[in-house]
Amino acid sequence: MSDFDKDSRGAGGRAGAKGAAGEKGGRRTFFRRRRVCKFCVEKIDHIDYKDVRMLTPFVPDRGKILPRRISGVCAAHQRRLQTAIKRARQLALIPYVAD
Amino acid sequence: MSNVRQYELIYITPPETTEEALAELHQQVAAVAERFGATIEKTENWGRRRLAYEIQRHREGVYVLEVINGPAAMTAELDRRLRVFDNVIRHMIVRVDEELAVAERAQSRRKEATAKRRVRRGLPPEPTEHERKRRDEDDDDSEGGLEMGFRPGGDR
Repeated sequence: MSDFDKDSRGAGGRAGAKGAAGEKGGRRTFFRRRRVCKFCVEKIDHIDYKDVRMLTPFVPDRGKILPRRISGVCAAHQRRLQTAIKRARQLALIPYVAD
Repeated sequence: MSNVRQYELIYITPPETTEEALAELHQQVAAVAERFGATIEKTENWGRRRLAYEIQRHREGVYVLEVINGPAAMTAELDRRLRVFDNVIRHMIVRVDEELAVAERAQSRRKEATAKRRVRRGLPPEPTEHERKRRDEDDDDSEGGLEMGFRPGGDR
């Protein structure tokens, strides 16, 4: 039983390893960082396909579009982000796949 | 014109394209636009850029952006023409007026809501100079933390 406790705490610590969140996570079996939509926070209404700097954080090395369950982007913004990334890909601003 | 729409046209030419060739290309686009009664709002040359993947054996390209206000029939003609040119390795035409209108609406709605909220609290609708300054300072603080903390997919 105590072994199990130790294990789950280890996992919780890993999930919130950055900052003070790790300590809080230890109390519960798992801890999930509260995620907020970056575009809502920064009040970005228009996601421009030409702005590569804005898009790259949502396209990991592999080239796939980051799912919103991981990035925390809201549904409305994810839809716009998606079309922006697809347009940027057509123009070779962003890769389709990593080579 | 009754149904003028705004389009963004981007075309990519090989990196060795000369200035004259680019000017010539721009002339061609302008000629087509003029025939349809369209106006070119602005032209931007992004210069040489690395391509994210190879296009026709090219690893770099010269990007040119043209913002055109014109009718829908024009896009088909532009598309057809650009496909023929040898020194255009990729092009794309996107309609932007609708998206920009949506963004603008959202922005004005937000501004209105803020004003209403402020008035309800007995403040002037617009943040005063003093408040704005203080908020900026706060922002600087929090943003430093946010920037470091915000990594999409970073804490998997």
